[in-house]
Amino acid sequence: MAKVTFNTDLCKGCSLCVSACPKKIIELDGSTINAKGHHPARIVDQEACIACAFCATMCPDCVITVEK
Amino acid sequence: MVVFEKPKALTDTPFHYCPGCTHGIVHRLVAEAIDELGIEGNTIGVAPVGCAVFAYNYFACDMIEAAHGRAPAVATGLKRADGSKIVFTYQGDGDLASIGTAETVHAAARGENITIIFINNAIYGMTGGQMAPTSLPGQITQTSPYGRDVETVGYPVKIAEMLSTLDGAGYIERVAVNNVKNVRNAKKAIKKAFQNQVEGKGFSLVEVVSTCPTNWGLTPEKALEWLEENMIPYYPLGVYKDKFADKEETK
Repeated sequence: MAKVTFNTDLCKGCSLCVSACPKKIIELDGSTINAKGHHPARIVDQEACIACAFCATMCPDCVITVEK
Repeated sequence: MVVFEKPKALTDTPFHYCPGCTHGIVHRLVAEAIDELGIEGNTIGVAPVGCAVFAYNYFACDMIEAAHGRAPAVATGLKRADGSKIVFTYQGDGDLASIGTAETVHAAARGENITIIFINNAIYGMTGGQMAPTSLPGQITQTSPYGRDVETVGYPVKIAEMLSTLDGAGYIERVAVNNVKNVRNAKKAIKKAFQNQVEGKGFSLVEVVSTCPTNWGLTPEKALEWLEENMIPYYPLGVYKDKFADKEETK
């Protein structure tokens, strides 16, 4: 099964992964602030993930690891 | 099975770049190319002056910091001193296309067997968003508040086109990192630029059309749109020269 993990400490909340995701299942977590002071990205629906790695391809900070 | 993870040729140091800065993407592509070619232990990078000045903290291979614009000259020295090393420079437009124009043009003219990664984001990022040689006509920057006026300050320098006229230059391609497809093309180009050097073929330069969300005054997503709508029409993507491909065809 596809699995996406975010190293949230590195996330700068630029949301390039949010717009790159074809399934629209990534969002910025408005309820959390990481050590850098940003709302980090998170996956909303892990089940719907197809492991295309578009999010990780556009991420400028190597936050995302994709497995399947 | 891991589909995508951070390449091993990057250290664990977090990038200092602004949110959404595409320097991070290009750093990763360079590191992926180094990983895939298995050349990390034999590679020396040359960092520029500009936003990427701390690149020596991010790449796991040996790195040298060059004086402003002089990275191709330093790389020439390294490569000539020990031809077995893979030597690359990573430079922005203020570094490569302005103060370092002479070093760049002559390294290409001599056909040095080095790889240059050139980041073109049409602005001076580190110093706060001044007009660069690559700023577009009409582009508003800190030093062109009414837009770049080509009547007084002239036209942008198109590095890929200019260098491709030199007989010494081997492989010149311009790519962009505004969407997944273009990032993947950029990866191929960067890997090829390294592969050429591994095979001893000669001078390779990849120009990467990039963003500067902070100094363009746009969100990271809007900056990618601005890149596509404004920069790509002025800086068309594609292979401008591939001397090595021609040789293979005529064989």
